[in-house]
Amino acid sequence: MDLSFTDEEIAFRDEVRAFLEENLPKDLSEKVRIGGELDKDDMDRWHAILNAKGWLASGWPVEFGGPGWSPVEKHIFEEEAARANAPRIVPFGLAMLGPVLQKFGSKDQQDEILPRILDGRDWWCQGYSEPGAGSDLASLKTRAVRDGDHYVINGQKTWTTLGQFANKIFCLVRTKTDGKPQEGISFILVDLDTPGIEMRPIKLIEGGYEVNEVFFTDVRVPVENLVGEENQGWTIAKFLLTHERTNIAGVGFSMKALEELKAQARRIKRGGKPLLDSPLFAARVADVEIELEAMKITNLRMLYRAQTQGQPGPETSILKIKGTVIRQTLNDLSRRALGPAAAPFPSEEMFGNAALGEPEDVYAAAKYFNNRKLSIFGGSNEIQRNILTKAMLEL
Amino acid sequence: MDFSLTEDRRMLSDSLSRFLADKYAMDHRGKVAYDAPFHDVALWGEMAELGVLYALAPEDAGGFGGAGFDVTTVFEALGRGLCPEPVLGALMASKLLAAAGADQAALLDGSRRYAVAIGELDAPYDLEGIETAVTDGKLAGRKSVVYGGNDADVFLIAARSGDRLAVYEVAASDAQVTGYGLIDGGGAAELFLDATPGTLLLDNAEAALTDALDAGRLALCAEAVGAMDATNEILLDYLRTRKQFGVAIGKFQALQHRAVDVVTEIEQARSITILAASRIGEADQSRAVSMAKTLVGRAARLVAEEAIQMHGGIAMTWEAAVSHYAKRLVMIDAQLGDVDFHLERVMAGYAA
Repeated sequence: MDLSFTDEEIAFRDEVRAFLEENLPKDLSEKVRIGGELDKDDMDRWHAILNAKGWLASGWPVEFGGPGWSPVEKHIFEEEAARANAPRIVPFGLAMLGPVLQKFGSKDQQDEILPRILDGRDWWCQGYSEPGAGSDLASLKTRAVRDGDHYVINGQKTWTTLGQFANKIFCLVRTKTDGKPQEGISFILVDLDTPGIEMRPIKLIEGGYEVNEVFFTDVRVPVENLVGEENQGWTIAKFLLTHERTNIAGVGFSMKALEELKAQARRIKRGGKPLLDSPLFAARVADVEIELEAMKITNLRMLYRAQTQGQPGPETSILKIKGTVIRQTLNDLSRRALGPAAAPFPSEEMFGNAALGEPEDVYAAAKYFNNRKLSIFGGSNEIQRNILTKAMLEL
Repeated sequence: MDFSLTEDRRMLSDSLSRFLADKYAMDHRGKVAYDAPFHDVALWGEMAELGVLYALAPEDAGGFGGAGFDVTTVFEALGRGLCPEPVLGALMASKLLAAAGADQAALLDGSRRYAVAIGELDAPYDLEGIETAVTDGKLAGRKSVVYGGNDADVFLIAARSGDRLAVYEVAASDAQVTGYGLIDGGGAAELFLDATPGTLLLDNAEAALTDALDAGRLALCAEAVGAMDATNEILLDYLRTRKQFGVAIGKFQALQHRAVDVVTEIEQARSITILAASRIGEADQSRAVSMAKTLVGRAARLVAEEAIQMHGGIAMTWEAAVSHYAKRLVMIDAQLGDVDFHLERVMAGYAA
């Protein structure tokens, strides 16, 4: 038993820390700190800085232009990035499509697409969920029918995150309607400029725009855009579900949120004393801090397993369930700490107006509402429990 | 980073687990854990021969272990086997004897059984509330629910000595000891001290007592983790085999998701216990131990209550193994500081 990093890993951590200190633009880190909304330019800028260093595709092997980090190095990078309030790396091209192409894509697809993900020429988004296929993803109905050397796609995708910034979309589509639903699904790449595609924004609970609906009407896509074999899409979807999930707990984000929460609860006064002096509130903070301390070790244990035994197992679902609830609890406490001061709608006039409060307070309620998504997306926490039931408990 | 046990600890864990599975199976435990002396004196000796007690003390005290992970290795196995032997008293006494630089050969070879008496009726967890006092080498006061006290040879007793806390050694034959069994098996005693003669072991003992208590708390966390693992195995086996409505009850999602939550809490409990073991001897030892005892106390109760509920009526019977694990898992919280006590210790660190 040894919970510490090796000397090499500590040297690596220091290198990452120094790089972030020097290269992370202050306006970006401040925006992340207060929970503000990042625009496309913000994200592109940060991606370009990391790409110039060769650190953008943290999970990719060297042969495809990644840094070839071990699971522990990847973890250290992610933890340090969160600690420095770096913008999150947009995962759709880098953490999702990239690994899929590296495992299932043709040589041509790898050569053409991967470099364009790295340098930002392509912004990918995800077409998985449909209005009638959420947790029951295999029941998806968007059809792709072969017509010569094209597929013709008709249907609707939804919850397409940051689709408004994208020029490409990877989709799960139905290519066979008989047999088991899982056996008739294919994974296909679509250019969003293709005629017949319409993207509509969905306004979210807190008022922001993150996700979209995508409508497909007789969209013609070349057959070479298929990834892997026809009807192999479910295998690819499942691969993604267990791949790259060591950061799923969001431990770095939670550590940052806890630090902010304590600072906030020392600043906010109740009955003339800091809120953190209230035993009731302090007990709530301590409860979640203890869970987070345990989660850090649970996360490291899974990392250790990934490092020593290859891929992490289905146990990573535990990280998702517990990690998301911890983050949500921290957001909840931050909102409750402010009381009625969390109620004003976060508008441009509010932000940066010292008379109206600290900038990190402005978004507290919005962040709480927005992060209710954490336990819903990426396989809801109930779906994670189903996965664990089968794979781990063997019930 | 390495989450595997060293070869020595793995061997210790294997041999103790095998010993308990062979000699301390549930039917045997049922015979000894609830009747005086509430443990098996012969098996205590055999367990000592395995070297279990030596693993709890460092080399300079005559043992071959004593580190946080030695403690967790031993107690996780004890918990898994639901062992009622008074090893906790030996661990805490070993820490106090080591702090005093006293010989502990008779403790480590198992020939002399120690009980550590700190808690009192109105101060079960905290050192500040101790009222037992010593005057001219004579002790007066009452120590309450002294674990293993019903069959101990020697007591190490925390007592006020002027404005300080001291530790005195008292022979069981010199004190009035009222022994009894515990609801979750094993024994304890009320210790009535009235002009009772004792030998000073440690003057100004607050730091040594805190270390002994923290070691005991860590041990209880590990014991709970072992017992939770065993309980979970019993539960999963039951969910796979018990049929209602024509199917195994583990096919019902209402139970599946609760079973997943049980496993999730156990993994969190294991993690925080590992963290606490790694902090023993460091500046943040007490804080890490209190975080662990809080999380483990809560998890253990959840696992116990969920295991009972998902078993249904059968878990209400004395005959079912799960009911004995559940009792231990609930009552372990009341030893050396419960969830609320340790949560307050964590909160105390927030003072700016």
